[in-house]
Amino acid sequence: MDPSRLIRRSEHEWEIPRHGAMRVPGIIFADEALVRGMDDKVGEQVANVAALPGIVKASYAMPDAHWGYGFPIGGVAAFDPDDGGVVSAGGVGFDISCGVRTLLTGVTLAQLTPVKKALAKALYDATPAGVGSTGALRLTPSEMDAMLEGGARWAVDRGYGRPEDLDRIEERGAMAGARPAYVSEAAKRRQRDEMGTLGSGNHYLEVQHVAEIYDHAAAAAFGLEAGTVVISIHCGSRGLGHQIGTEFLREMVVAAKDAGIELPDRELACAPIRSALGERYLGAMRAAINCALANRQILTHSTRNAVRAVLPGTRLALLYDVSHNTCKVEEHVVDGRRRRLFVHRKGATRAFPPGHPDLPPQLSQAGQPVLIGGSMGTASYILAGTPESGDEAFASACHGAGRSMSRHAATKQWQGRQVVDELAARGVLIRSPSLRGVAEEAPGAYKDVTAVVDAAEAAHLARKVAKLEPVICVKG
Amino acid sequence: MIWEHFAHGADIGVRGVGTTKGEAFEQAALALTAVLTDPDAVAAKTAVDIRSEAPDGELLLVDWLNALIYEMTTRKMIFGRFAVTITGDLLTATAWGEPVDRVRHHPAVEVKAATYTALSVAQRNDGTWVAQCVVDV
Repeated sequence: MDPSRLIRRSEHEWEIPRHGAMRVPGIIFADEALVRGMDDKVGEQVANVAALPGIVKASYAMPDAHWGYGFPIGGVAAFDPDDGGVVSAGGVGFDISCGVRTLLTGVTLAQLTPVKKALAKALYDATPAGVGSTGALRLTPSEMDAMLEGGARWAVDRGYGRPEDLDRIEERGAMAGARPAYVSEAAKRRQRDEMGTLGSGNHYLEVQHVAEIYDHAAAAAFGLEAGTVVISIHCGSRGLGHQIGTEFLREMVVAAKDAGIELPDRELACAPIRSALGERYLGAMRAAINCALANRQILTHSTRNAVRAVLPGTRLALLYDVSHNTCKVEEHVVDGRRRRLFVHRKGATRAFPPGHPDLPPQLSQAGQPVLIGGSMGTASYILAGTPESGDEAFASACHGAGRSMSRHAATKQWQGRQVVDELAARGVLIRSPSLRGVAEEAPGAYKDVTAVVDAAEAAHLARKVAKLEPVICVKG
Repeated sequence: MIWEHFAHGADIGVRGVGTTKGEAFEQAALALTAVLTDPDAVAAKTAVDIRSEAPDGELLLVDWLNALIYEMTTRKMIFGRFAVTITGDLLTATAWGEPVDRVRHHPAVEVKAATYTALSVAQRNDGTWVAQCVVDV
């Protein structure tokens, strides 16, 4: 994107001025190099979102923004139901509540090294990943509905994990307002074999070591010590979320046309928050959030068992669990007035500031942990919400590196075996059922995650707490 | 009749070209399979019937590909041959395939959904049909 077409509000804040159908301006948080690296489509998509009814303040793009569907990936927008605001199935995306959680092992890298291969095998064997994989769990229809209402809380009640995990999950592990009755039989059928599966693509389970600490007080509150090992899990609501996204997007495309809503892009299909369709989508989407939370909770349980088999006595406390494809009802102060808004984050992480009432007491002083996944073989980061983060972009920050190269181009450039061997030479063990999948996810196909988090920090969206380097990566 | 992929920032586009709209849809389905694996390596052992209805050709393409994705994920199958008939708003089709074999097919990535991005179903000046969209993986 050409920066000269934007108004530079500050070093890390760029404005797309209102034009055409835009109701509010667009704001991109990034440094100049990141802006130059963004596809022109990002600017178009930010502007298109700004044209949706009831949008508040601005249409935002995070530093990792890239060309998505309707919304850019890395897009944030809030809508006011009292002002005709909408909820957009495209603004949440197909992988509803895709997110990251990080577990603390307390083990040092030196302790891990002698058993690294054994741990890689144990984790790979314990984690159903990739195309056609199935979980061990089969839910009856009533258990499916209980899961969709209860999320991680349901999973803990069934023995997957510990009650104290729930404090360390957004919404305390269970998204309120879920309506399993609004979830189609097809979506439930698609989930029947998929509980506790990782998925494929950019989803992973990664063993990492804490390579650097930036904020010692926050790191201590988060339980992060330099040289210790953590495990991060990146996945979402699996087939159920994909099917809900597919079905509601389709319904909203047709309904918007019938209602005379002019969509600049069909992928922005939406419905008024206060409409039967809007309410049905919200109920189903919240059920999908619970599915994702339950899924990550089940994966946590299998991960704990696998790690304990290799490193007996490891507790694996949950640091935190964030979702980065959601629409959530939150209160934000806009122009001095507290308003109840429907905040869409599409490839963006919530970053509540210190003292926010939704944070558990142990994390209140430090602010919300913001878990930023890198790509296989590159660093990941843990950030925290800042006192200013509540004022910028409705307490939102980036979510990952974002691709810089298409899958097609990546497979032309790299062979999966070569990627695995090169990473092994650097001490990173990759375990995946698909070498082509590995080639498509080659580290070089992603943007520099360090530039992304540096820009997020400079823009006061969140502050850096720790840097994580990969040790083992299980890919779908 | 050909299929091909086209680039999209994070994902991948599928495109089918044929002498009829139905053929273009068949080719687009082959391109969808090729996101996972080589379509020629898929044996046509089991037939699955699919029926879709949509108010326009573009929505019909998205519905067709999403119906295939649903059959693939719930049956744990992969399809290598397609026969599509389109009459007005109605699509009737048969997809032939086999269970996913992780050793033989080396499936690269799951497809989450067909999207409305770069979506187009159109007849070109030479009379051939093109059907394409981006799929989310």
